[in-house]
Amino acid sequence: MVMGDLMLNLKAVYARAYVRLKGLLREPHWSIAEVTIPLLSLSAYVYMYTMLGAPSEYMAFVVVGGAMLAFWSNVLWGMSAQLYWEKETGTLTYYLLAPASRMAILLGMAAGGALNTTLRSLSILMVGTLLFPVEYNIVEPVALLIVFLLTVTALYGMGMLFASLFLLYGREATHIADLLQEPIYLFSGIYYPVLSNQILPYAVRLVASIIPLTFGIDAIRLLLIMGKGMGDIMLHIVGLSLLIIVLIPLAYIALRRMEDTSKRHGRLTLRWQ
Amino acid sequence: MYAVETIDLSRVFELKGRRILALDGINIRIGKGEILGLLGANGAGKTTLVKILSTLLLPTSGSAYIHGHDVVRDAKYVRGIINLVSGGETPGYGMLTVRENLWLFSQLYGLSSGIARERIEMLIRDMGLEQYRDVRMHRLSTGYRQRLNLARGFINDPKVLFLDEPTLGLDVINAKHMRRYIRDWVDADGEERTILLTTHYLAEAEEVCDKIAIIYRGRIVAYETPLALKASLSDGVSIQVELLSNRTTKGSIVEEISSRDGVLACMLVPSQNVVEQGDHGGNARYDGSIDGLTRLRIMLDDDSKIPDLVSMLVMNGYRVLSVRRDQPTLEDVYMRYVGSMGNEES
Repeated sequence: MVMGDLMLNLKAVYARAYVRLKGLLREPHWSIAEVTIPLLSLSAYVYMYTMLGAPSEYMAFVVVGGAMLAFWSNVLWGMSAQLYWEKETGTLTYYLLAPASRMAILLGMAAGGALNTTLRSLSILMVGTLLFPVEYNIVEPVALLIVFLLTVTALYGMGMLFASLFLLYGREATHIADLLQEPIYLFSGIYYPVLSNQILPYAVRLVASIIPLTFGIDAIRLLLIMGKGMGDIMLHIVGLSLLIIVLIPLAYIALRRMEDTSKRHGRLTLRWQ
Repeated sequence: MYAVETIDLSRVFELKGRRILALDGINIRIGKGEILGLLGANGAGKTTLVKILSTLLLPTSGSAYIHGHDVVRDAKYVRGIINLVSGGETPGYGMLTVRENLWLFSQLYGLSSGIARERIEMLIRDMGLEQYRDVRMHRLSTGYRQRLNLARGFINDPKVLFLDEPTLGLDVINAKHMRRYIRDWVDADGEERTILLTTHYLAEAEEVCDKIAIIYRGRIVAYETPLALKASLSDGVSIQVELLSNRTTKGSIVEEISSRDGVLACMLVPSQNVVEQGDHGGNARYDGSIDGLTRLRIMLDDDSKIPDLVSMLVMNGYRVLSVRRDQPTLEDVYMRYVGSMGNEES
């Protein structure tokens, strides 16, 4: 029974991820736009730092930030708002009708989105590196891989939590997504280092740490650009691990609650709410 | 054990402080191998009942069972043995092909690769989707999308299939294909397969259903085989009247006739034409008339009332072209039950 459930849910994860990956292959023009637009934004910062005579590693900070920003956009629009859009298009009903776990569906969405966005993020990183005078100094590639995986897991854990909440709050959710988009540029230090300098007040940095992107970008910059090793990013690893431990069970609870509340009030498959 | 059983099932919705009783003590029992047609107007409670039975909605009170399993407590088990197809719904992802969409849904039920492949090919063939196998869903016409939707409903070979107005918006050929498939599917394994079909189309219910339940304002007001339902009208007389009139307020004739003693029900027979009102053609009205010709279907308790009825029509300025006595139809049954309930409450 347990084995049967596990197989069923693994198949559901794979099937839902497949939709995401097929989307990337079937509509590659979207990827071109999604790589070009962040490159345009980060170019502005690169030129600004160049004009101000900032240290050369700042160019690399910006390129890494731009590459990681793709994940945040995907978490917000491709993950958090996804269940809501599935409801609006009518496909959510098919998932809810099936015996596969709802978490498996969310995991599939997250896995597909993460893989899809990793390709896009790597493209931004490669093109940015070719266009601008960016230098990398990697001492511990394994640590870099670990931090990257932890960051993506924590980010999509947050996406899974948001997906449930967005579904519950319906149309208002898109406004929340809008609201969450821009401040992240400031608090998570997309285009400048936020944790390893004292520009932002301590309280703001503390709040910013709740967003996995803040820890992730800072650690990746340290490992990728500043030549640091595992010992220098232990705080980041602990922070990201804690976020994963908290966010994924929270997503599970929120999903259960969302489903129960929606079934009670009859809003689970009711559209345009 | 019944395929579907509900016991005093009720559902209340709260809407802006108002309590709306969508289902009011529903008791139905559908045997294995049966197709039950659930007839009712918009808002009668058909979809609410289907949503509760398919675990998408919780009942406010009462209980419902699928093959003996409670739809609330054993929801996960129930989901494995049911499926739902609603008319007019998107059958999947537009960027995926017919085959890919069916594969995706097969995986949500944990089908092995071999079984999934075999079943997908069988459904593609049965639904006449062969030439669209590798076509993306967004390129399919409405009819073929609905065929895909129906194929999705059969992907897990459910024991109980809920069809919520499955032929909505379909042309005659597609609707006929769907009805034939539904009947054949149940007949192929009558011990295990059951369908609950909600529809507005009485002819559809009569063609495929073993039993029919009429739901009105959340209550089942009739529940029998189509033949037994029609036989229940043996005390009444069904006539069709053709009238010509210059009167512009045709709607009132139905009320005038309905209020007469001995009239059980009266309705306009929709013509094939939709008469557009006004110069702008904006408000179309389906009023059963063409160039002043009106067709009415009237149920009387006794044929001795026919002469009085014709006299009344003539005195009211109508020219009676024909009066024809008909065999009772399911439409008459519906009119009788729903009409009488409406009169009771008004």
